[in-house]
Amino acid sequence: MSKVKKIIKTITVDIEKCNGCRACEAVCSAFHAEPKYSTINPERSRIRMMRHPLKDIFIPVYAGEYTPAECMGRDKYIIDGREYDECGFCRAACPSRTLFHEPDSGLPLKCDMCEDDPPQEKPLCVQWCINDALIYEEREEEVEEEVQIDDVEVGIKSLADKHGIDKVVETLTRMSQKS
Amino acid sequence: MRYAETGYYLEVDLSTGNVERVESDPKWTELYMGGLGTNAKILWDRVPPEIEAFSPDNLLIFSAGLLGGTLAPGANRAIVSTISPQTGLMAYSMMGGFFAPELKYAGYDKVIIRGKSPDLVYLWINNDKVEIRDASHLKGKGAVETQELIKQELNEPKAHVAAIGLAGENKVWYASIEQGRSSCSRAGVGAVMGDKGLKAIAVRGTKDVNVAQPAEFIKECNGIMDYIKYRADNPIKNVEPIFQNLGSPQEMLLHDEKWHTTGFMWGNARARRKDFWTEEVEEQWTSVQESVRKRLISCYNCPMKCGGLISVPGSPNYMMKCYSKLTYTMAAYSDLAFGFKIAQMATEYGVDGFSCPQTMAFALELLEAGILTEADFPGMPSDTEGRFYWLLDRIVRREGIGDILANGTYWAAQAIGKGAEEYAHNNIKKHEQLPLKLGMLNPVYFLMYCTGEKINITQIEGQFPQEPFPTIESREEFIRDWIQVPDEKFKKYFLDWNARGENSNPQYPTPEIAAELVDWMERMHYIDDALGVCAGLSSFPLKPPYHIHNYPRFFSAGTGIEMDEDTLTQAARRNRTLIRAINVRRGMTRADEKPPEDHWRKRFPELEKALLDVYYKFRGWDERGIPTKEYLQEMDLGFVAEDLEKRGILKDE
Repeated sequence: MSKVKKIIKTITVDIEKCNGCRACEAVCSAFHAEPKYSTINPERSRIRMMRHPLKDIFIPVYAGEYTPAECMGRDKYIIDGREYDECGFCRAACPSRTLFHEPDSGLPLKCDMCEDDPPQEKPLCVQWCINDALIYEEREEEVEEEVQIDDVEVGIKSLADKHGIDKVVETLTRMSQKS
Repeated sequence: MRYAETGYYLEVDLSTGNVERVESDPKWTELYMGGLGTNAKILWDRVPPEIEAFSPDNLLIFSAGLLGGTLAPGANRAIVSTISPQTGLMAYSMMGGFFAPELKYAGYDKVIIRGKSPDLVYLWINNDKVEIRDASHLKGKGAVETQELIKQELNEPKAHVAAIGLAGENKVWYASIEQGRSSCSRAGVGAVMGDKGLKAIAVRGTKDVNVAQPAEFIKECNGIMDYIKYRADNPIKNVEPIFQNLGSPQEMLLHDEKWHTTGFMWGNARARRKDFWTEEVEEQWTSVQESVRKRLISCYNCPMKCGGLISVPGSPNYMMKCYSKLTYTMAAYSDLAFGFKIAQMATEYGVDGFSCPQTMAFALELLEAGILTEADFPGMPSDTEGRFYWLLDRIVRREGIGDILANGTYWAAQAIGKGAEEYAHNNIKKHEQLPLKLGMLNPVYFLMYCTGEKINITQIEGQFPQEPFPTIESREEFIRDWIQVPDEKFKKYFLDWNARGENSNPQYPTPEIAAELVDWMERMHYIDDALGVCAGLSSFPLKPPYHIHNYPRFFSAGTGIEMDEDTLTQAARRNRTLIRAINVRRGMTRADEKPPEDHWRKRFPELEKALLDVYYKFRGWDERGIPTKEYLQEMDLGFVAEDLEKRGILKDE
């Protein structure tokens, strides 16, 4: 594979500055609604707070890759006297939990840094975090070219993992004949 | 499809265990908006004046506001309405936090509770699935503890739970409902919940809330966020630190308590300590606050940080908002370390941070005066702080003297007699007020104290500065970017207002101007409380992001129902009138509309009469403070006029 120049988009999360308001969740779900901003539902958000106020735990976590199988990650971390479940840090849309799955369809969600046309200056969660717990940065890096699979493919893959590819093909065929 | 609101109420009868999802009338949204307004309509229709607070037929309504759960920043308030055991009038206590938006995501605008459960239960609302569950294992548990236990047993860390503590279970007349960092504290709503046998409501929702015009709506929301940033960089000049910024008073952030500790009263709203705030105190209090405050926190979808996570060594963590750090401190003549420690217990017990400390200080005053004796306080420690802990325990358990004190100072004084009435000196309509005693009567505040249905000044005041600015230059600077005024004339009123001499309190603002100012402030609170937007971003602070000019656009873009400044103002006045009618029907009269006798040292009976006369007239009420038939009809409240006529409260002339 050849090397290509790519803009790497990163968000630095400073948990000490987080006030726990969940505006990041709210605005993310609204931005990704169809049409844009027409609905709000934090359950559809691609950023969720790992949140336990009485234990002073406020950690925003971004949705990452879909995974068909759960992992062994049931360990605990103690950081500055606060105990965290390892699972809570994980970005994966995984079958062991409802996190980062659409609430009605169960399809996986993934942060896309609010790709938009024209492009947004920053992802919406960063724009709405005026306490600066979320800081957006871009840098250019040389990376190996890779083939990105699109959202539809990820969605169908997760359905195939859940129901079997035959069932999905059968359903799609039936649906396409109807329409 | 309904926009902004879900269009559904959850009706729960605890006597029969019946639960129903009922579609609401879309016409009500135009007339009463939602939240407080539609709560009032339901109470008017379904809770006639014969029904008392602890009747099974009294309703306890938990409502989100019309904009609750939308992207509108700070639209997170839950409005809890019922009949108050303490005042006998409508109680509408409110809280921020995360409960109301979660209720919207579960698919409901309101939960309407009626009846009584024979055993202690809690309600579990999980989208369409609603269960009444046994809570016998939660009996006696703290309000904060209960929230955690319920989330654990449901295995739902994302649920939000509103719960009562021991005070609510034992029907203390100033028991609160606690939820996360917030609480509904005033007027005894927690006692009604306890009387219904309802320990808690847990809610979890994963559904959508829709808005009608998304592009317009997000534009308005971004405007609010931009203005919040602007105000953070531009605090108001020429006012005390507490008035400079948005949000609730920033009690968790600020260390400078000179204004409260030297201006407000200590003990049972009794003594001012003008020399209290010294460098030594400031140093000590700053270090206490820094050591116990772990983080500044907010409510749902709001960038402010009005609350604090508090961790006192040896006590479980809890969350605090606003002023309760000082109410216990000052009632006990103690210090901030004591305030933070006892507030932890008080939050778990679930009691109101104004009424409770004042009632305890009142009891100790009666002991000192010999009206109560040592025999009334068996086993009470001798130090003041120990006495406060002891009294708090007796009150929430309704043991001994605590049973009498649990009804608040007014009713306790009635029960004790022997001149105790004189010591219950800080009430309006039987409800404890801010511990504040002042010199010269302020006509605007006089009206707000006397006539506010909330019976709580902090939920009525705002917008217009509490005092005139000293120089013309400072006034001109203030009005330069005062975009929130409903009309330019308010700028002139402010420019003309002097600290002394001509155009000063109490003669200025004149009764006519005072009525207009009160109307402006009330209007904004009534809109906030219907839409579920926090007063801390709207009606309470100076120069807030929400105001009468952008609110109609939020309403229209959110709901798809056309609303302009006039129709929105009309809806706010309709709600204000409807709540007045509920209270009038419950026996409230002009004679009840007075501040605590000693609130101002300098009083002016004739002027005060003129103020009330002019304000009532401005409101469309007669000289008794009762809405006239003509005005009720103009407000689309003809059904209210009919009922008041039938009851002989309004005479058909």
